[in-house]
Amino acid sequence: MLDATPSTHSAREALRINPAKTCQPIGAMYAALGIHGCMPHSHGSQGCCAYHRSHLTRHHKEPVMATTSSFTEGASVFGGLANMTQALNNIFTIYNPEIVAVHTTCLSEVIGDDIPMMIRKAYDEKIIPEGKVVIHANTPSFVGSHITGFAGMVTSMVKHLPSRAGEKHGKVNIIPGFVDPSDMRELKRLAREMGVPAVMFPDTSDVLDLPQTGKYVMYPHGGVTLADMKTVSHSLGTIALGGFTSTPAALELESQYGVPATLLELPIGLGTTDLFIDALHKVGGVPVADSVAWERGRLLDVMTDMHQYFYGKRVAVAGDPDHVISLVQMLLELEMRPVYVITGSSAPRFEARVQQLLEGRVPEAVVKQNADLFDMHQWIKEAPVDLIVGNSYCKHIGRAENIPTVRFGFPILDRMGHRLFPTVGYMGAMRLIEKMLDAMLDKKDRECPEEFFELVQ
Amino acid sequence: MAAETMDTMELPDLIPERERQVLRKGDAQTAAVVDMECNKASVAGSVSQRACVFCGSRVVLYPISDAIHLVHGPIGCAAYTWDIRGALSSGPQLHRNSFSTDLREMDVIYGGEKKLEAALMELIAKHRPNAAFVYSTCIVGIIGDDVDAVCRRVSRATGIPVLPVNSEGFKGTKRDGYRAACDALFNLVGTEPTEGLGPYSINILGDFNLAGETWIIKEYLRKIGIDVVACMTGDARIQDIGRAHGAKLNLVQCSGSMIYLAQNMQKRYGIPFKRVSFFGIEDMAAALYETAQFFGAPELMDRARELVRGEIDGIMPELKRYREKLAGKKAAVYVGGAFKAFSLVRALRLLGMQTAVVGSQTGDKDDYRHLQEISDPGTIIVDDSNPLELARFCMEKNVDLFIGGVKERPIAYKMGIGFCDHNHERKEPLAGFVGMLNFAKEVYGSVCSPVWKLTPRCAERYVQRKEAVS
Repeated sequence: MLDATPSTHSAREALRINPAKTCQPIGAMYAALGIHGCMPHSHGSQGCCAYHRSHLTRHHKEPVMATTSSFTEGASVFGGLANMTQALNNIFTIYNPEIVAVHTTCLSEVIGDDIPMMIRKAYDEKIIPEGKVVIHANTPSFVGSHITGFAGMVTSMVKHLPSRAGEKHGKVNIIPGFVDPSDMRELKRLAREMGVPAVMFPDTSDVLDLPQTGKYVMYPHGGVTLADMKTVSHSLGTIALGGFTSTPAALELESQYGVPATLLELPIGLGTTDLFIDALHKVGGVPVADSVAWERGRLLDVMTDMHQYFYGKRVAVAGDPDHVISLVQMLLELEMRPVYVITGSSAPRFEARVQQLLEGRVPEAVVKQNADLFDMHQWIKEAPVDLIVGNSYCKHIGRAENIPTVRFGFPILDRMGHRLFPTVGYMGAMRLIEKMLDAMLDKKDRECPEEFFELVQ
Repeated sequence: MAAETMDTMELPDLIPERERQVLRKGDAQTAAVVDMECNKASVAGSVSQRACVFCGSRVVLYPISDAIHLVHGPIGCAAYTWDIRGALSSGPQLHRNSFSTDLREMDVIYGGEKKLEAALMELIAKHRPNAAFVYSTCIVGIIGDDVDAVCRRVSRATGIPVLPVNSEGFKGTKRDGYRAACDALFNLVGTEPTEGLGPYSINILGDFNLAGETWIIKEYLRKIGIDVVACMTGDARIQDIGRAHGAKLNLVQCSGSMIYLAQNMQKRYGIPFKRVSFFGIEDMAAALYETAQFFGAPELMDRARELVRGEIDGIMPELKRYREKLAGKKAAVYVGGAFKAFSLVRALRLLGMQTAVVGSQTGDKDDYRHLQEISDPGTIIVDDSNPLELARFCMEKNVDLFIGGVKERPIAYKMGIGFCDHNHERKEPLAGFVGMLNFAKEVYGSVCSPVWKLTPRCAERYVQRKEAVS
């Protein structure tokens, strides 16, 4: 499939080949699924909604619910007001959610639909029943990426759902970033281990990693509740994980309600997880729990036991900006060399941050935002790597160049572990280390000459 | 809770606007065939399983492996349709890449024509394809890019066909997307010489070589003595499509997607067409016999009979073993095209199974009339359904198997129901005689998997059965 990739890199202006991103609305839909009792609503053609649901289903292996305004030619000429009104009416009548989270599409953005006006009108006309809520995020597909859409919907949550009334309570807000349900579950576990009462939003654990119960449930038991969202304005503080996905919402909460924000990078690897634990300790006012310290110790033990296999290994990394920034730090902790580091999103700050991390340590590194997997493949052809870390689409390159490939990030369409096991926290780092080492050693065991084939590693 | 139905109380009722798109077939006496509402846009606010015009075009043209498929629009449409379809190619793998103009805000404001032209020129220079398809997505229709003009210019400059596909998502339903794809294909038909084609030459329309199915069908036809000029679009090449007008007959399977092309080819080239299905023993055999009969050469028919006999003899012993295990089980079928649903009802019957729920995304009135005719009394027939309805129907009918696509699979599993993907993600070929055996194997593997015995649903049934016995 990748036979035609030239072996030297060339710049492209007009053409995207094998993207390392997708469009805003799917991020907004994913974030909305992290609210309990929420129906995500896609204001556009019905194909968008179907594609996003299919894509999320392929990644999570779970049913994904969302509704669509089902735009027709008429709507694209006269505007989508009638569709939105009918949709909200149907959604509340038939599906009876607590909240509807509307996101737009390229089509409804280009024709200039005024979503706040439409929602106001629906409130006025009592189409939205008493006590029910509709929020929205503008997510034009021709701006940003799925990451932008996720951040936009999370920001919309803090714009619309908290209440000024109420009193300070002892909880800590955690904004987890565009991570998997297993990651959100792990972050909550760490907070619990530390004895910090936390409100996480969005929270897709127990929404997109459901147990087999013999029943199909429209609104699973997980997700941040509206009651909890109401009081995030009175929390002790907000720990926002991921500059691209979570910072905007945390800053909004800080400026609107004075909830102090602690802005961190995703806790992937030892150092960034230390910072998360430190934030729980400081914001929550609790000492670091022994159990967490031991967990850290076990991770460190694995790193010391196995560091010889990682030293100097060249790695290509592709993924979402927050994920990649933290993963690069983890690779450096293992003395690996992240030589090609890309994200598909437009994120100038990404380049600056990764370059800062690599400066003086991996001078040959190529770092690029707004890149695609075709770029990365050409660089790998110019000078190969020992390991690729990225989403499932990287497997094409891995196969073409015979390079072990570890799945990491979104989407993962061909493996199952991400649904169950985290990549965040100390446990997540242990898992990533195991996966990377297994992938590299499996290749060595398969290919090395018999006399170098070792039983003991 | 009755023993034969599950609790449906937790799921909401039907959307009122959809009442005429759902039908319960009455008993044999009262079973008058009625017209169902269908082929209309989904109700705004419903959780539709349907996609859009673009999706229809993309799935039809995707398998053409020596062409560039460039999606003109923001990145999403290209990202979600990237290498998700198991349409196999025996040669180039070019179609499995994702090419997009990745339109950004400035392009939306100033237009995307220049970007499109540059992208096309670069792609064609790089990959030297035999043709290029340019898919228009929603906003291209709104910002008014003259895609046709760009395609003409690039075609002149590069000397290869560059075909615009008018597939703006909002301009209709998935069926309109099929039509746009057929228009593009029709422009290619007749562009190559037809010398050297044998007397018994046909085209296959509407088979996409999922898991290698086209190869199986072609092999049957070859054994009978019939040549396939072009399969549209399974394992297709541009040159074959260009010669397709030299065929004597079009076999149209998956009627929804390709009937329009068959009609056009009949009009312009006088090529008759037959609607066939390659799923299930009966339909596969009928397709081969009809084709042989069409040419009127007795030796073709003899060979067809011999082939069918041999194939059936080959699979029957194993098939019977599966039938013993599956007899009496119930299935729900929800697929894209209605024609596939017909075949599945018959194929399931061959396995001793009953189809209790059957529906499609794109069926028309005639399709639903036919479905009513072939369905058992009590069968629920549904157009453009949604997960809640489907879950409700499955529980009501207490089915053991769901046949559908990617979005339905986890719903079935959550309820403790076996599943068979009869859509893009099938892993085994399900067409042809060997496909029937694969189908039986897959259905058996899922329906009779021991995992269900561990699930609460089966535990409940187990308890009920025990109570009934005592």
